[in-house]
Amino acid sequence: MSEQTLIEAVNLALLHAMEQDEEVVLLGEDVGANGGVFRATDGLQQQFGPDRVMDTPLAENMIAGLAIGMAAEGLKPVAEIQFMGFIYPALDQIISHAGRLRNRTRGRLSCPMVLRAPFGAGIHAPEHHSESTEALFAHMPGVRVVIPSSPGRAYGLLLAAIADPDPVVFLEPKRIYRLVKEEFDANREPQPLDVCFTLRSGEDITLVSWGASVVETGEAATQLAKQGISAEVIDVATVSPIDMTTILESVAKTGRCVIIHEAARSGGIGADIAAGIGEHCLLDLLAPVIRVTGYDTIVPMARMEHLYLPAVDQIVTAAIQTMEFE
Amino acid sequence: MRTAVAQFEIEHLGFLDPAGDLLGELPADIGSLEQIKRGYRLMVLTRLFDTRAVNLQRTGQMGTFPSSLGQEAVTVGFSLAMQDDDRFLPSYREHGAQLCRGVTLLEQLLYWGGDERGSDFQGPRKDFPLSVPIATQCLHATGIATAIKLRGEQQAVVVCCGDGATSKGDFYEAINVAGVWNLPVLFVVTNNHWAISVPRSAQSKAETLAQKAIAAGIDSLQVDGNDLLAMEYASRQALERARAGGGPFLIEALTYRMGDHTTADDARRYRDDEEVSKYWQQDPIPRIKAYLVAHAGWSKDDEEALQNDCKQQLEQAVKDYLATEPQPPEAMFDYLYANLPEAYATQRQQVIDKASTNPNGADHE
Ligand SMILES: Cc1ncc(C[n+]2csc(CCOP(=O)(O)OP(=O)(O)O)c2C)c(N)n1
Ligand SMILES: [Mg+2]
Repeated sequence: MSEQTLIEAVNLALLHAMEQDEEVVLLGEDVGANGGVFRATDGLQQQFGPDRVMDTPLAENMIAGLAIGMAAEGLKPVAEIQFMGFIYPALDQIISHAGRLRNRTRGRLSCPMVLRAPFGAGIHAPEHHSESTEALFAHMPGVRVVIPSSPGRAYGLLLAAIADPDPVVFLEPKRIYRLVKEEFDANREPQPLDVCFTLRSGEDITLVSWGASVVETGEAATQLAKQGISAEVIDVATVSPIDMTTILESVAKTGRCVIIHEAARSGGIGADIAAGIGEHCLLDLLAPVIRVTGYDTIVPMARMEHLYLPAVDQIVTAAIQTMEFE
Repeated sequence: MRTAVAQFEIEHLGFLDPAGDLLGELPADIGSLEQIKRGYRLMVLTRLFDTRAVNLQRTGQMGTFPSSLGQEAVTVGFSLAMQDDDRFLPSYREHGAQLCRGVTLLEQLLYWGGDERGSDFQGPRKDFPLSVPIATQCLHATGIATAIKLRGEQQAVVVCCGDGATSKGDFYEAINVAGVWNLPVLFVVTNNHWAISVPRSAQSKAETLAQKAIAAGIDSLQVDGNDLLAMEYASRQALERARAGGGPFLIEALTYRMGDHTTADDARRYRDDEEVSKYWQQDPIPRIKAYLVAHAGWSKDDEEALQNDCKQQLEQAVKDYLATEPQPPEAMFDYLYANLPEAYATQRQQVIDKASTNPNGADHE
């Protein structure tokens, strides 16, 4: 047991996966000597050599395509896309091939690859470095989308993503890469994909979130508790496919739900969750489901970035509004 | 039987040695001393700007910043050769070229300080803003050039990208279409030997980057990018040819990234200080100054006046930058569409309310 930040936990999961399975290889821009621009792969090329930790030429479509070929051959490539904002050239490979190879060949070939990418706003980065476009990937059949919200979760979910026999887009909320240190047991055990995690139980209202917004959501739950409101906090974690069972059970109990995500509101995963609740829990609901989200805008540059991000008081206000609904 | 069906050669151009001495006779139409003095001034100003911007970042007054330290002759060189109504599409390290084009210091500071208004520059209204997604701008340049060509106009387009960028499909696609459509584009590939931590040698097995043009049927030249005379000259020839309908050209400008990739980078993790010191001997600024001293009677007084003038101009810009009020929060919405769809009216009001109740965004500072 040791205290780790989220980025250190990612590094540790990569280390353990590489120790455990020789087929695991890393590739990406600046992942070698530099250890990744956020240091996710720090020390790994030194330890495993340039054949297993490959600095690639600068081309994201190439990175994804390489990974698909490697994966079809039985390697387990973990490719880093330096920032989510640069993943778009790879969309063709992901949607046209990674997610389809198993289906097209009726299982003869498959694609056990992971594409990791830091994402989200809040670190005063330049243009194109701040978006949260997980919904794009959630719309791709055959692809999993996984987002950790804490160091321990990042460790366990990344191990699971690497072990998984299908392609996983693993999105790392970079705003909380170094925000908190958490003590967790780095026991080389994956945590389950395809399930939500209930981080805090409550009776009055369900708060559903993922990624960096889980931090503000947890803080909002604490503030609500002081006002006598007992909030249940659910971390979705695998945002595609979504474990609706956990969410529905919680909402059936509380009758109220606020969904919080940093991504733009429209076409977001929050809409899917709300639709699922509408379909299955309508008679349990005591109030409409509300979303607290990023705006449907381009994430502003650094000077206005803070206004874009869902804030604790917005979550608290939405929760109270839901509580007071008649 | 095998026979040779095509043969190619890549030439290198340079006029000055690292000390600023002439390597041979200059062509008659070499850049005028007035032009070169103007270029020297821009290079000095660019270096001061870079240093100041890094400093502002370190003291929390600016966002992540990419210095162009050591590359001043590249960006000033090709931009000196441009005409006002040509179009420029920068990558993100061409502060000198933007200055030359008339983008102000204040506008550049605003951009790197995280304010979108920095891209709404008042000078070259048709130039593109910086391009962060690597190599994407190469394709935009071909589109602009196509528009110019369709209208029968006589302007040229200059687009910049790095050595790393030449690995990306966008780059190949752009030079390909530029070649086959005979478009008036000058591709300036700034080979500063590094793409963050990835050395040029790990980017491509090609001996030169200039030769990538061969596959697209485009003429190209490798130029000493630390030689202002050569950069200006090669660019001017390429642009004159392009404006006259002679088609695209590619310059591989050989230079060196003297600083970290950006203020978020620490180059010592992946490259030797020794390599860096070696390149200081190629510094483009003392080189062109030596040329001016020898050939234009550039004096100590001239130098002092120039330095003072540049510093003053910069400090005024920094002052203006720090005093610039932030944009109203609804600016987030107001430039998304020509007319903001009604669907966003509620959100727009929400951000106005949010800004007034939570002006500092306490959660996310
Ligand atoms: C498509 C894309 N991938 C990755 C990045 C992250 N990134 C920013 S600069 C850079 C290296 C670029 O190197 P080069 O083209 O040589 O230009 P230089 O920085 O040396 O000027 C990388 C990988 C990006 N901005 N865009
Ligand atoms: Mg470079």
